[in-house]
Amino acid sequence: MSSGGPAPGTDLAQIFKDLVVTFLLAAAIFGTTIAFKTETAIGGLTLETHYGLAAAVVGVVVVGRFILWMTVWRKRTVAVSVVPGGLKQAIVGKLGFLGKYFGPTMLLFALVFPFLPFTDRYLLDLGILILTYIMLGWGLNIVVGLAGLLDLGYVAFYAIGAYSYALLAQYFGLSFWICLPLAGILAAFWGIILGFPVLRLRGDYLAIVTLAFGEIIRVVLLNWYQFTGGPDGISGIPRPTFFGLPFKRGEGNFADFFGLDYSSMHRIIFLYFLILLLALVTNFVTNRLRRLPLGRAWEALREDEIACRSIGLNTTLVKLSAFATGAMFAGFAGSFFATRQGFISPESFTFIESALILAIVVLGGMGSQVGVVIASIAMIGGFEIFREAEQFRMLIFGLAMVVIMVWRPRGLISTREPSIFLVRKKSVSADMVAQGEGH
Amino acid sequence: MTRWNEDILLSVERMSMRFGGLLAVDDLSFNVGKGDITALIGPNGAGKTTVFNCITGFYKPTAGRITAHTLEGEKFLLERMDDFRIPKQAKVARTFQNIRLFGGMTVLENLMVGQHNPLMKASKFTFGGILGLSSYKEAEKQAIELAKYWMEKTGLTYRADDAAADLPYGEQRKLEIARAMCTRPKLLCLDEPAAGLNPRESEELNALLLHIRAEEDTGILLIEHDMNVVMEISDHIVVLDYGEKIADGTPEEVRNDPKVIAAYLGVSDEDVENVEQQIEQDVTGSGETEAPK
Repeated sequence: MSSGGPAPGTDLAQIFKDLVVTFLLAAAIFGTTIAFKTETAIGGLTLETHYGLAAAVVGVVVVGRFILWMTVWRKRTVAVSVVPGGLKQAIVGKLGFLGKYFGPTMLLFALVFPFLPFTDRYLLDLGILILTYIMLGWGLNIVVGLAGLLDLGYVAFYAIGAYSYALLAQYFGLSFWICLPLAGILAAFWGIILGFPVLRLRGDYLAIVTLAFGEIIRVVLLNWYQFTGGPDGISGIPRPTFFGLPFKRGEGNFADFFGLDYSSMHRIIFLYFLILLLALVTNFVTNRLRRLPLGRAWEALREDEIACRSIGLNTTLVKLSAFATGAMFAGFAGSFFATRQGFISPESFTFIESALILAIVVLGGMGSQVGVVIASIAMIGGFEIFREAEQFRMLIFGLAMVVIMVWRPRGLISTREPSIFLVRKKSVSADMVAQGEGH
Repeated sequence: MTRWNEDILLSVERMSMRFGGLLAVDDLSFNVGKGDITALIGPNGAGKTTVFNCITGFYKPTAGRITAHTLEGEKFLLERMDDFRIPKQAKVARTFQNIRLFGGMTVLENLMVGQHNPLMKASKFTFGGILGLSSYKEAEKQAIELAKYWMEKTGLTYRADDAAADLPYGEQRKLEIARAMCTRPKLLCLDEPAAGLNPRESEELNALLLHIRAEEDTGILLIEHDMNVVMEISDHIVVLDYGEKIADGTPEEVRNDPKVIAAYLGVSDEDVENVEQQIEQDVTGSGETEAPK
């Protein structure tokens, strides 16, 4: 023990006390949730008991905490007293180094991912899902992260994009490639429609109105039965084609044209690259916009709206453009969603989706593009990993969110990269960056 | 006839501003001359910041007219314009009593946002910029040059890539002035630019304001409590008390005006002799309560 640490005797007593508390807490939680389980049986419910499993879980928790006491926490007190500050500095430096290569490495991995030997249909579907959320996260990042306008109804634009494609294809027989830009334009149009009433609102009121907008869109889709099919949704949405070549068996199709053996994987791989391309376009445009006057105006709006007006920025237009641009990318993602699923219904566009996308943006660090990627992989991938845990999934998810928000209240990547520099690019620390309206 | 009544940059005519039962500005008229530094002074609560907020469009005056004249002879009626159009079209820029910078953005970025409108036009309202048109790149280069110029003038070049919130107070004040100057204003309105500055910083501020008057073809209207600054650099002083104008003239005239002395020091007119020396000293205020909405 170092001279700075507590005496060994009190240390052990403290650890013992902590372990007893841990045991009691774990027993209270898992004793009730795991030890007893109701099962439907003939004639009603029966109670099953799993005392062994519950005891094992409690044991793991107590032993795990004991190991933590013996290793990490003990070492930490020693490390801090021996090398004050140095360790954290080293870690931060290494993270910066990693950050430089993280983006290109991820991109390379994303490009070769479908062709890796272990990639199967399931992993590829998961990849498509994660990329969809990355794209949505990047789109919402414009509104929330850059312009600082809290939008709780982002999924409405996703829905508008999806329904635009589905309905245009159903009523006019338009193809995916014509509908994709139309879906983006329509979503952007609705972004402006939403933008107008919320222009005067600040803070919580802004968040509430956007939340209501998301619900209005969903309820309209649900109840306008003649047009949208209501809760039945729209099925038979045409699949995308490879420049006119459908992914089907037989002559004149994709596999036949390129002389390949037909495989159902072709379509999935194509969808994967389609969403990868869409997501990269989103990222490219956002990064470009950040360096243009419009993007700087968004960030200035987040920092101080009154100052913006005092130097001649039309904040109405700045807000509307942020809403419209964010909505446009959601529209693209929505029409991709529709063509991938082949079936859409209002069920897919509930508030929980908005919350999930917002959670990705907040967890990743508002305004950070790489942060969104990490958060999407962690959250969507995490959902899949814990699929086994069934009803505990949300518990684990909630706990993880709480831990991360305590550990990093401004998200995983909280520093801001300047859009322009004179001599040397210096990251701006999170505590100087304003969060904008509604946070 | 004095200079500011002949070569007018801004004229405020019979302006009143009422907040419910409070008449904050009462029938105020004054002119700001071209190439002048005009100071608006008065005790706390006299309505100075309200006048500023009316001129820069943050409040709409209850009555009266505010006209900005450009060098080309155009006239803008400021009380009818949206607040953001006033810096954009009428070329009247302002700073704030409680500094309002884009704290999370760097010094250079702050100055670039100050040039939003010309850059927006150059980027063909973003569409050309996304495609990377060379005309936009040229415009951006010029914008950086202007930002560099103002960083040099305010001594902020060495902090160009630091976050604005990271700067000490005095430099934040200067940055706010630099950002306002990047909009290429014809009239610069400064709300207590010397508040919270130490004597050396105050000197630098004076030099900066004199430079702007001499080189930039920009008139300055400032609210100030620091009488050293006011008396040293102003060409024209307007004194407000309880929303009314009580004096209007050169520093010399205002200094000897018994009404002004009474307003500031609250003495009867017979004691004027005694307080003349005192007015030389700093008349410092603890800041005003009026803030822009």
